[in-house]
Amino acid sequence: MKKFQGRVITPGNVTAEAVVTTQGFNTLASFQMALQFGDKQVKCGDQNNAELHGKPLIGKALCLPQTIGSTTGGLVLYCACAMHKNPACMLFSGHIDSLAAAGAVLADVWVDGVTMPVIDSLGDEFLAYVKDGMKITVKEDGTVEVE
Amino acid sequence: MLLTKEQEAILNGEKGETLAKVMKTLVMYGDAFEAEKLVPITSQYNHLVTSFGLKVMSPVYDLMQTILDAGVASGQKFSVDPRPIDKNVPANFLQNLVFNKFMYTKQSFYEEQLEKLGLLDKNAFSCTCYMDEVGNKPKKGDVLSWAESSAVVYANSVLGARCNRNSGIIDIMGSIVGYVPYFGLLTDEGRKATWIVRVKTTKKPEAQLLGSAIGMKVMEDVPYVYGLTDFIGNELDDAACAYLKDFGAATASNGAVGLYHIDGLTPEAKEQGEALIAEGAKEYIIDDAELARVQAEYPVVWKNPDAKPKLCFIGCPHLSLEQLKTWTDNIEAALKESGASKVAIPTVLTAAPGVLEAFEKTDTAARLKATGAITSYICPLMYMNNPLCKKMPVITSSNKLRTYTSARYYTDAEILAAITKGGK
Repeated sequence: MKKFQGRVITPGNVTAEAVVTTQGFNTLASFQMALQFGDKQVKCGDQNNAELHGKPLIGKALCLPQTIGSTTGGLVLYCACAMHKNPACMLFSGHIDSLAAAGAVLADVWVDGVTMPVIDSLGDEFLAYVKDGMKITVKEDGTVEVE
Repeated sequence: MLLTKEQEAILNGEKGETLAKVMKTLVMYGDAFEAEKLVPITSQYNHLVTSFGLKVMSPVYDLMQTILDAGVASGQKFSVDPRPIDKNVPANFLQNLVFNKFMYTKQSFYEEQLEKLGLLDKNAFSCTCYMDEVGNKPKKGDVLSWAESSAVVYANSVLGARCNRNSGIIDIMGSIVGYVPYFGLLTDEGRKATWIVRVKTTKKPEAQLLGSAIGMKVMEDVPYVYGLTDFIGNELDDAACAYLKDFGAATASNGAVGLYHIDGLTPEAKEQGEALIAEGAKEYIIDDAELARVQAEYPVVWKNPDAKPKLCFIGCPHLSLEQLKTWTDNIEAALKESGASKVAIPTVLTAAPGVLEAFEKTDTAARLKATGAITSYICPLMYMNNPLCKKMPVITSSNKLRTYTSARYYTDAEILAAITKGGK
C-alpha cells in the first residue's frame, strides 16, 4: 500500500476501484453518449482515449492528469453527479483545470445526496504508480491510499 | 479569499439562499486556483456556452429554474452559442425524429428560461458573438465571465479582453453576482507566454491546421507566435480577424489555449512585444513538414474511410460576412472550372443569424444559393453529436468539429475541390 497526499477540492471519504488515464480526460466525449442513451455502467465514450474507451466509469476512482475538451465539461460533470452516474472520486496528479474544478464545485454546492471527493496535486508519481483495478481509499484530508 | 463586505453579505445569505449558493460556487471555484479576490465583470454583455435544450441535460435546466424561481436574474444581458437544430440543414426522417422527439425536447423550454434570465434577443445565438452584426464585442481590458472556448480565446487574444476558460453554468453565475474570481488569464502574470512558436512555412499556413498543431503542443499554455504577420499582415482587418478566429478555435479545441499573442499583430503583443514572454519559455518550430505530419496523424473514424461524403460543414466557428462572400466566390469559380453548376456534396455554410441577415441583403447570397450550397445558423457540433450522424461520412474544414465528432477534416482548398469536383 502506498500513500499520496493531495489538495482537497471537494472533500469526502470513499473506497473504489481505480480506472486510470495518463492522457487528458475529455469530459464531454467520455460521458455524453452514456448519459444520453442511458448506459447504466457509464462506459467511457471517448474514442480518442484508448486507455479508457469502453470502460465503466460509474463508481470508479478516476485517476487522471487533467480534463480537456469542450467548456461544457463542467456542466456535463455536474449532470453526471445529479443523475448519480458519476465516478466515486476524481484524483488529479497535477493542478486541477478550470472545467473540472467547475464541475466538482457545482456538484458539491448544488446536488444533494451525492459526494464525489475531488483531490488534485497528487504528483506525477501517483499517476505512474496507480493501475486499473487497484483499490483506492480517499480520506477527507486529501490522503489517497493505493493498494 | 478576501471578500468585500457586500460579497460577504451575499455569501452569508443576506440576499437569499440561492444567491448565497451562487456566490459559494464562485468562491469555491476561485479557491481551487488560489484566487485572492473576486473582481467586477466590466463587459457590457455576457456570452453563454449552453444553447441546447438537450433532454439529458435536465439537471442544468432544473438549476436554471431554481435561480429563476428565486427571482434572481443575470445582471448583464447575454448572447449564447448557436441553436442545435435548423430545418434548412439536410436530415433524414430518422434524424429529424431523433433531434425533435428524443434529443432536443427541452429546446423551447430552455429558450424561454434564457429569455427570462436576460437573453439579448431571439437572434443572439452564435459562437461568434463578437461579430459586428451580433453586437457583443468586448473592449480591450474588459473582464468577462464567458465560457465558449473559441469566443474566450478570441476575446482574450484579438480584442485584449480578460477571461478565463470557464465552464458552462459558471458563466451565468458570474453575471448573476457581477463578479469573477481573479486568477489565470485575468492577471498580468497569467497572460505571459510560456511558449515561443516560430512559423517557418513556405506559404500562408492553414489557420485551422496551424492552430491545431499549436494547441496539441502547448495544451493550456500561452504561446507567443512569430512569423505569422509575414502571411496575414500586421493590421487586424477583416481577413486577419477571420484567420485568427479560426486559428484560435483550433488552438482551444485541439488543446486548451485561452490566449495567444501574435508578434506585431494582436494588441498586447503590439504594446509589450517580447516583454510578454516568460523566462524559460519553451520553443516550437512549425514548418511545412510539421503541418503535414499533424494533418496526417488525425485519426479517421469513419467505418469506411473511402466512403463518399454525404454532408459538408463549413463554419465552425461561425463564418464572418467576408468569409461567406469569399466562399461564394471560390465555390462559383471552382464549379465553373469543373464545368458543374451545383455542389456535388450537400454543403452547409454556417454563420450567426445577424451575419446571415446581412449576407441576404447582398447580391452574393443569390449567387451562393445558385451553387446549391445552403446557409444556416446551426451549431454543426450539436448536429453531429448523436449516433445517427456519427455514422455519416461528413467532411469539414473545422478542426474543432473534427476533434469532437466523427467529421473528417480537410483544408479549405481540399474541401473546395471535394464539393465542386465530384465529391471525392
